[in-house]
Amino acid sequence: MTGPAAKKSSLALAAIAACGAVFALACGPDFYEIPIETPIQPKMDVTPFQRVLVVGFVAGGSEDVDANQETVRLLRSQLRTKSSLKVIDADILPLIDVAKEQSQGAPNSPDDTTSGATPSPRPVSQTLALPANIKEEKDLEPYERLFANTAYWKRIGEEFQNPLIVTGTVLFSSRSTSGFVQRDQETYDSMGRRIVRPVRTYMERKGFILRPKFVFIDGRTGATMYSESYREEILYNAQQNTPALSSYFELMDRLVPNFLSALSSQKIRGTRVLLK
Amino acid sequence: MKVPVVVLVACAAAVTASPSFADAKTEAKSQVEFGINVAQRGLWREAIYRWQKATEIDPTYVAAYNDLAIAYEHEGQLDKARKAYEKAIELDPNNSQVRQNYELFKEINDRTSSKEK
Repeated sequence: MTGPAAKKSSLALAAIAACGAVFALACGPDFYEIPIETPIQPKMDVTPFQRVLVVGFVAGGSEDVDANQETVRLLRSQLRTKSSLKVIDADILPLIDVAKEQSQGAPNSPDDTTSGATPSPRPVSQTLALPANIKEEKDLEPYERLFANTAYWKRIGEEFQNPLIVTGTVLFSSRSTSGFVQRDQETYDSMGRRIVRPVRTYMERKGFILRPKFVFIDGRTGATMYSESYREEILYNAQQNTPALSSYFELMDRLVPNFLSALSSQKIRGTRVLLK
Repeated sequence: MKVPVVVLVACAAAVTASPSFADAKTEAKSQVEFGINVAQRGLWREAIYRWQKATEIDPTYVAAYNDLAIAYEHEGQLDKARKAYEKAIELDPNNSQVRQNYELFKEINDRTSSKEK
């Protein structure tokens, strides 16, 4: 097909294509991305409280991070900026020592009794053996009794004018593992085009596991209102040297929204697709 | 040639019903489009009203249920959102966009439902 016939045919094709484009434009897309903010109601009713006391944690695991101190500091600073409760700045309680004293039925240390910072704990059980070093999850189990000691928490509550008390356990431990992992491998073909392929490679990795349990106690009664446990893990290439403290903060960053959502309403941002 | 009565009745019903059915589809579509328009301007309550209307006019309209679910999510009405998503998936199980929205919704919903420990 040559000459005027070919010209006519290409003109017709162009006209069809133009019509198609106009039609498509007129119809518009069939979907629209839209940002949304989902409000999440708090898990507990904290309206009876004006103040919150993050009292301390039974912590163990890696010795590179003082998980008790760091967790208290982090949660207090988050609560200051992201909740309506007033955060009480008080000395962090060494809850491991408190639990040991309670299990022995012994009175508090002289410092505590004189300052009144730690009310006298109620003897719990003479037979309960508390591990000297907390290295794994089972080591924390005997300490759970501390949170059930309502008389002790009520006295702490009275001392600070009945706030919401936040306590619990934190286990931050190192972990190393090896095995096959999938990662993207970048190559270029003969035309210089970039190709990304998933490949499985054997890797030795090391990192950390964070297992916190947050316990919320009513300072007026000493009773546990709510508790929740989490587990987060981070692994790096074995050659990579990442400080324990930065890993701790990275893992806590993932958990803080969940912690905050227990006592204040949160908005979760996301994107959805509206259809026509 | 004898034509069965049933066929005749079916044809008659189709001829008479088709225009109104098409009208309903068009009306539902325009409600959905209006809803998208107002949702993009942040008027989610109005969008919910429009999308609800669209599902009443055309109860098989997948997009209307999907959009309604998103609006409920935005309003924090997670139970209603889940029901609307499930209806959309029931109507079109292979719609990847609805499924993707639903998966994202479930992440949030699971987080909030796990709180009753």
